[in-house]
Amino acid sequence: MVEHDIVIVGGGLAGLSAALNAAPGLDIAVISKVHPLRSHSVAAQGGINAALGNHPEGRDDSWERHAFDTIKGSDYLADQTAAELLCQQAIPMLYELEHLGVPFSRFPGGVIAQRPFGGAGFPRTCYAADRTGLVLLHTLYEQTLSKDVHFYEEWLVTNLVVRDGRCYGLVAYDLQSGEIIPIKARAVIFATGGYGRVYQKSTNALINFGSGIGLAYRAGIPLKDMEFVQFHPTSLYGKNILITEGARGEGGYLINNQGKRFMADYAPSAMELAPRDIVARAIQTEIQKGRGFEGEYVYLDLRHLGKEKIMKRLPGIREICLYFGGLDPIEEPIPIQPAQHYSMGGIDVNEKAASPVEGFYAAGECSCVSVHGANRLGGNSLLEAVVFGKIAGLSASEYVQESQGEDRAARLVNEAAAQLKERINQWLSKESRGNVYQLFHRLKKIMMEKVGIFREKGPLAEALEEIGELRHRYHQLALRSDCLQFCQELVTMMEFEYMLDIAEVITKGALAREETRGSHFRLDFPRRDDQNWLKHTIAEFTPKGPRLTYRPVKITRYQPQERKY
Amino acid sequence: MAKYLFRILRFNPARDEKPYFQEFSYEASEKDSVLDALRSIRDNLDPTLAFRYSCREAVCGACGMVINGQITLACRTILESLKSQVVVIEPLPNFEIQKDLMVDMTPFWKALREIKPFLHPQPEIPEKGYRIEEKQMERIYQFINCILCGCCYSACPVVARGQGYLGPAALAKLYRFVEDPRDKRSFSSWAKVDRPDGVWACDTVFRCHEVCPKNVRPADGIEGLRRKLVVEKIKRLFKKEP
Repeated sequence: MVEHDIVIVGGGLAGLSAALNAAPGLDIAVISKVHPLRSHSVAAQGGINAALGNHPEGRDDSWERHAFDTIKGSDYLADQTAAELLCQQAIPMLYELEHLGVPFSRFPGGVIAQRPFGGAGFPRTCYAADRTGLVLLHTLYEQTLSKDVHFYEEWLVTNLVVRDGRCYGLVAYDLQSGEIIPIKARAVIFATGGYGRVYQKSTNALINFGSGIGLAYRAGIPLKDMEFVQFHPTSLYGKNILITEGARGEGGYLINNQGKRFMADYAPSAMELAPRDIVARAIQTEIQKGRGFEGEYVYLDLRHLGKEKIMKRLPGIREICLYFGGLDPIEEPIPIQPAQHYSMGGIDVNEKAASPVEGFYAAGECSCVSVHGANRLGGNSLLEAVVFGKIAGLSASEYVQESQGEDRAARLVNEAAAQLKERINQWLSKESRGNVYQLFHRLKKIMMEKVGIFREKGPLAEALEEIGELRHRYHQLALRSDCLQFCQELVTMMEFEYMLDIAEVITKGALAREETRGSHFRLDFPRRDDQNWLKHTIAEFTPKGPRLTYRPVKITRYQPQERKY
Repeated sequence: MAKYLFRILRFNPARDEKPYFQEFSYEASEKDSVLDALRSIRDNLDPTLAFRYSCREAVCGACGMVINGQITLACRTILESLKSQVVVIEPLPNFEIQKDLMVDMTPFWKALREIKPFLHPQPEIPEKGYRIEEKQMERIYQFINCILCGCCYSACPVVARGQGYLGPAALAKLYRFVEDPRDKRSFSSWAKVDRPDGVWACDTVFRCHEVCPKNVRPADGIEGLRRKLVVEKIKRLFKKEP
């Protein structure tokens, strides 16, 4: 058995931020199913928001303006107290990151550079060219090497042990040894990231199965606002690799097959820099109306920015286009289409990153505070990860210092581990009727086609039924591998069940929410309905499927208004 | 649809006496990468095939391997570009094989830890951030592109000789910090690399430059460290001892 004061699950930005900010003297461990530097945070490109006011056009910016933009961007579903906290904390956090060594790009005079981003009233997105996630993740990881943090790399957490409203620890599969390990922890922080790969087209890393969200849900922790799924407007056609919003922030145009900057019809004043939900829908509409190319994509044109600006500000985008698209954006427009990008919803936590279960915390994309509401603004996810990662580290430390451990913890985690071992033995001993990867590919397709950008009652109900059928087929599976060391099939078997749970919660929430808000667009209910739906969806696990309840949104000073850009 | 023959090195140290090659055929769509092919082979033909991957866009550094003799990332190698219907895949050299294409990178991470890859701040930190011009950072920008995939370590002939050399990535990382205008580590703390198996071990044959998937030139950093060491030592010669 492994034992620590605080166990952080996930080695991306939120997890590392929690680890760096946990109280010195406590015994801290980070468990990650990959080496921390392989976490999806590394792929973030465009930047991180903070109202520093460094841009010549951003002198009047303030955290209040940032909060307003975030709340308006969220289509008023964000909890306003949480959005205010995030935006207030953004400014000291940026300096903190800078002091840790993050090599941000600079303006003349030596201050941190900032660029315009979608849905923002001022240019407030701080960046390091188009590799902001890379520099943040590497800097925080390298900082943890100066601290006494214990890393368990390539351990997949498979179960969360909760009894009577309190968290006692975890069970994990150590890929290298093939062993199932019980883990006792006084507090657990989940920073497990999003579930992008539940969708066929996603900008996310291939490892983003979202099983952390699923296993918290199975352990009885509610999920919040899961029907809100962000589709990024610009992913490279074919591979769906992210092409940063920074490309439009630097002045890129979106062009249809008539050579027109079509955003004029959808967001006449913000144009290409409208929020993501609006731009993604505009692109999808153009494609569906036959104004795309090959019925699949439109163009993102950067050519007028010139070689120098592209090479300096967007070198990574050029590299992606060269290697994965076979084109040079200096010479040719980039074919792009929307793809799943981010989960606004997640594990239900409060502004202290605490869940309703004692000793269990969550931060980053796997969590929902909520700061993003129905639609996240670009540049706010890296921010959320570091700010709420830190808050989670502090909150969990405080909890551990003020509470007592319980004797039964060891017994409970051992029991959970024994149950999992038993299940794996069954998988090893019976004949598999099917292939988990085929079910996985089927699920992604269903979600893309029926629970995507545009939603409607009929297809949503069908999706729910088909997910049920997949679950039935899942129970007939067994392992075809017979060696448990580095068994990726076992990883997929265990994670896929949680993916089914997530898909079911997203779909059920989407079917129930009979309105259009932010990323959730119902063709049969195309208007926002504040009267009935200005509320968070809370989904709780029951053996018969998710039980949905609702909770009011916290509103402080920004009254909901029509969202125009 | 083009048809490829994959010859993949297989080895499970728990069961196999020695590595062997296994063949799989793969029908590729346009622009499929080697990683796409490996995933398809695993998903449809052999669930036991083991290899690492994550971002599939050449930024996480997980999928370094040897493809038709070249050390590179599987995700960024588009099959068409290989100009061969036969694709031979082997794990990264200079590491122990854990299973199939997965290698034990422990020595690589140990070297990274050894150079203390974190900013050593000055005693007084400016409240609103440091003032640094882009020009001052330009020298280190290429090193910031490093994704720590281990390709350079794998290609390095000095590492291959196995005498505890830190390797190109760790030394380039050290240079990235030493040259950072915000970093105030003492000369004596980083001059530990002034030893035969430190910066002076590099053969300067630039294998690391050839294989880096991110166009980093680690030997630039190693040469930079050598220059700084020499200059610093000369300065010290002329400095009066107190």
